Amino acid sequence: MLTPARTQRFGSILDAIGNTPLVELKHFSPKEGVRIFAKLEGQNPTGSVKDRIALAMVEQAERDRLISPGQVIIEPTSGNTGISMAMVCKLKGYRFTAVMPANVSGERSELLRAFGAEIVLTDGKKGSNGAIEVAQGLAAEHPDYYMPYQYGNPANPQAHYDGTAPEILDAVPDVTHFVAGLGTSGTLMGVSRRLKEHDERIQVIAGEPDLGDLVQGLRNLDEGFVPPIFDQTLLDKKLDVRSDNGLRFTQELLWREGIFAGVSSGGALSIAVKVGQALDQANIVVLFADGGWKYLSTKLWTRGIDEATEALSDQLLW
Amino acid sequence: MSVDVRVPTVLRKHTDGERVVKAEGSTVAAVIEDLERVYPGLQGELRGDDGALRQFVNIYVNDEDIRYLNRLDTQINPGDELAILPAVAGGGGG
Repeated sequence: MLTPARTQRFGSILDAIGNTPLVELKHFSPKEGVRIFAKLEGQNPTGSVKDRIALAMVEQAERDRLISPGQVIIEPTSGNTGISMAMVCKLKGYRFTAVMPANVSGERSELLRAFGAEIVLTDGKKGSNGAIEVAQGLAAEHPDYYMPYQYGNPANPQAHYDGTAPEILDAVPDVTHFVAGLGTSGTLMGVSRRLKEHDERIQVIAGEPDLGDLVQGLRNLDEGFVPPIFDQTLLDKKLDVRSDNGLRFTQELLWREGIFAGVSSGGALSIAVKVGQALDQANIVVLFADGGWKYLSTKLWTRGIDEATEALSDQLLW
Repeated sequence: MSVDVRVPTVLRKHTDGERVVKAEGSTVAAVIEDLERVYPGLQGELRGDDGALRQFVNIYVNDEDIRYLNRLDTQINPGDELAILPAVAGGGGG
């Protein structure tokens, strides 16, 4: 039965960003004493963790007087950041252009258009690397454009230092491990810094998507990319997420816990369970970056795993 | 002792297009040296002039990044799997 809890009232959807629920995943606990809790970032207004950083980056630029209403903001994004930026820009009166690889799911470009964003599509084979190059080129050609650049903007990790991490400590004061997917690294960097200040024994573990074979446009290794905000010393471990494993856990998450999350969440969960299997006592918090909505067209939850893997093999899912 | 090494698309020009190759060695460094004997040029892609792992190369032993283990001195045991992956940009996962 639902018990009345505190219901917050907000003056704007922007105020509804953050304070996401944290849910224990009892069916994924590998043994007694090892508990896994999921932070559901899909509950943010546009359905992903990126609402936090979009608001933080835009408000930082406003404080630094780098932008004024009517100005074009441009950002390379595989989708979620773009949708969050489009929402924040719409409410604050900026024009937004998303630069993204052509092979992201259809729901994402549809949502971007719904929020009034312009879209520049880049070569899917080059993945996010390609989108970054094109966005940097456009920003250089148009000095009046402002590019927040999530991969290098300190406001990205700061949003997690100020918001996500204190929320985790509030809900699980005795957290021992934090697990999240590695994208821009903003979530891991910001949360890690705060958690380790709280208790340096807390272990922070990254799940890295296995994108190697997807990004086939990479001509040589010098075209690789490490986000400027990434600081290796803030991680204790980095594990490779096999994409089929990530998909399987994403399905299982819905079937066993009723949680409809995006595919990077399944990947992060596969890492949390693997880490938990090697421990006797632990409170593991894993961050689910988005909900499943933007992946519905993949039919992941209604197809067999092999068919889904095959169908998804050329899509940029992270 | 032989281990399987997964090679990314971008480096398969050195391995005659092979996706998985076999190599011997008890550390990651030894495995790379063994690979170099069979596939000349590969070692230079992975290690810089100072011998350290290049910035945009990630090597995983049993899915764990060796930068958080013992780097190139990470021990290899029978049945281990080694994977080489390029560092590329992600974004959706946070």
